[in-house]
Amino acid sequence: MAVTRNMDPKKCPMPSQDPNIRNKNFDEVALGYTYEMAVNEAKRCLNCPKKPCQSACPVQIDIPAFIARVANEDMEGAYKVLSASSALPAVCGRVCPQETQCEGKCVRGIKGEPVGIGRLERFVADWHREHSDETPVVPEQNGHKVAIIGAGPSGLTAAGDLAKLGYKVTIYEALHLAGGVLVYGIPEFRLPKAIVQKEIDGLKAMGVDIETNMVIGKVLTIDELFEMGFEAVYIASGAGLPRFMGIPGESLKGVYSANEYLTRINLMKAYRKDSKTPIKHSHKVAVVGGGNVAMDAARSAKRLGAEEVYIVYRRGMAELPARKEEVEHAEEEGIIFKTLTNPVEVLGDENGMVCGMRCVEMELGEPDASGRRRPVVKEGSEFVLDVDTMIMSIGTSPNPLIRSTTPGLEANKHGCIVTNGDDGLTSREGVYAGGDAVTGAATVILAMGAGKHAAKAIDEYIKGKNA
Amino acid sequence: MFKIVKKERLNPTVTKMVIDAPFVARKAEPGQFIIFRAFEDSERVPLTIADFDREAGTVTIIYQIVGGSTMELDTMEEGQELHDFVGPLGVATHTEGLRKVAVVGGGVGCAIALPVTKKLHEQGCEVHAIVGFRSKDLVILEDEFRAASDRLIMMTDDGSHGEKGVVTVPLEQLIQEGNQYDEVIAIGPLVMMKFVCAVTKKYGVKTVVSMNPIMIDGTGMCGGCRLTVGGETKFACVDGPDFDGHLVDFDEAMKRGAMYRDFEQHAREAHCNLMNKEVK
Repeated sequence: MAVTRNMDPKKCPMPSQDPNIRNKNFDEVALGYTYEMAVNEAKRCLNCPKKPCQSACPVQIDIPAFIARVANEDMEGAYKVLSASSALPAVCGRVCPQETQCEGKCVRGIKGEPVGIGRLERFVADWHREHSDETPVVPEQNGHKVAIIGAGPSGLTAAGDLAKLGYKVTIYEALHLAGGVLVYGIPEFRLPKAIVQKEIDGLKAMGVDIETNMVIGKVLTIDELFEMGFEAVYIASGAGLPRFMGIPGESLKGVYSANEYLTRINLMKAYRKDSKTPIKHSHKVAVVGGGNVAMDAARSAKRLGAEEVYIVYRRGMAELPARKEEVEHAEEEGIIFKTLTNPVEVLGDENGMVCGMRCVEMELGEPDASGRRRPVVKEGSEFVLDVDTMIMSIGTSPNPLIRSTTPGLEANKHGCIVTNGDDGLTSREGVYAGGDAVTGAATVILAMGAGKHAAKAIDEYIKGKNA
Repeated sequence: MFKIVKKERLNPTVTKMVIDAPFVARKAEPGQFIIFRAFEDSERVPLTIADFDREAGTVTIIYQIVGGSTMELDTMEEGQELHDFVGPLGVATHTEGLRKVAVVGGGVGCAIALPVTKKLHEQGCEVHAIVGFRSKDLVILEDEFRAASDRLIMMTDDGSHGEKGVVTVPLEQLIQEGNQYDEVIAIGPLVMMKFVCAVTKKYGVKTVVSMNPIMIDGTGMCGGCRLTVGGETKFACVDGPDFDGHLVDFDEAMKRGAMYRDFEQHAREAHCNLMNKEVK
């Protein structure tokens, strides 16, 4: 069916909760396109034969193909295209940094705004979840067993792909709940947990076993997994311990790592009145860092009732590593950006509670190794920011539990597991790794991409071994 | 789900539970800990392992009722199942090559001091155990300590059982008498461990303490359990829970441990009120 192209230079805006209402609740901020909006936005796609958007997608979704189906109002067909490449489309549509991936390469973006690819992906996944009653097909078993460590985006993706190929997959998860960063890190208002659960239920229905409360490296080693009959292992254990700055006062009460703050709120539901896990109800909060995690922590603090919430970041607005939409949402919700600012000391009162943060102003100098301009301290610029809570969101260093209990597993000087290029093979035969455990803290979609590559490599390895 | 095989009240506020957890039991070593959640909506609570039986596939925990979560756990009875039970976490207590050790336990900390005492005793190490309690009715595991040590010194604050006084007095005396300990292992309230370390530092006796800070995931993710040890940030869940006591910043650990005291107090009262209502 021919469709009339929509030549509007702007993408259809995302209906959202009003900023001054949403910054007081944990309900999802973005409400999603209506059916009409989705069809209309899909008609903006030029269906370029070269598909630059697809090549910029870490899991290589055939983007023009799914969008063409939306334009033709074949939502189930669109979902089939998505799910052929992505195990978690409802998640990716919400949390991918589209502006640096698919939408960043969209031809419509040259003279206007790119097609709202992420929003369409979300619409299709949500439409499927709400309208489809298809029960997942349990693929025919091929008799081979694969173990996956970590039920986060990378592990779930690899599990989905391997299950589709007929493998009996067992995922070992350290926490009491599957989902990894999707359940402990990303807040409800950005990614409703019911959606994550639904995706996980889908995998289980395909025959994937998820064993929670299993800390591999402690309760079982990788060598024992092989003894149990697993023919390959995929390590997707995620990022690890939070980093601190090493400045005085970081052990005061009221200094959180973003991981702890968000885990209390998201995994342990500390934002609910009936939660048994405590969290500090702060008045003035400084979040140190400029990534997505920092935005999540700041917006969560605001929702818990803090009057003033600052993002304290040592570079400028243009250098914020967070997804553009998260920065915009944070600004709309009243988060105050103190960029070109760096803390040098956390101040405490007589009870050991945070009562302020001594900062210096920064200016940007010459580019550093990362290619970004290096921030340098502005002389005589010291000042005290009046806060009672400080949340450190400056990254993580890899978890030592697996590498320290797996002989022959090579790690680099940072502690990240070393892999042999794209397929995720480690220094141990049959052991693959991917996601944050390899790259250090990165994005959900990159972890998913690694899971896909590893699944393919594991399939080839097992087939080759048994040929 | 993890079945409560046995529940036994050791004193008015301390209870022992034997939990069916075969995977944990297979790997558990003295000094390691578990995290439990009683119900689906419960808090994650770390507890150091008090005992384990690899053949029976059970792990023993001994807890004192201090807040809402332990109170909630205490409502559960034999035959019921804990929703979550994960472990063994942390690094096992180092015992290799030790020939003479003084183990100092305080209050419910004795529950964790016992397994390492037993292990040392079994490997032929000479063990002097000093255990302290507030009063006679709070004493736990006395027979077990007697069986696992070459010498047992019982202390109570009020003198109602054993000697009157704090554990540091006999410890210092033993050292002064010429007992050359390879190590002192101290497990108990932070303030007790701090004072034990003050004594042993004077005599240059290496001292290992078991820290139990506030923790959430317990697997090296949240960073809530951080401590300052020798001027460096350490994480009790993956680097510990045992640390060189002479390097631990106890004052900071005590302050951090009190972070949620008001919340705990409130949770405890709310739980009591709820139980009272149920009784009515």
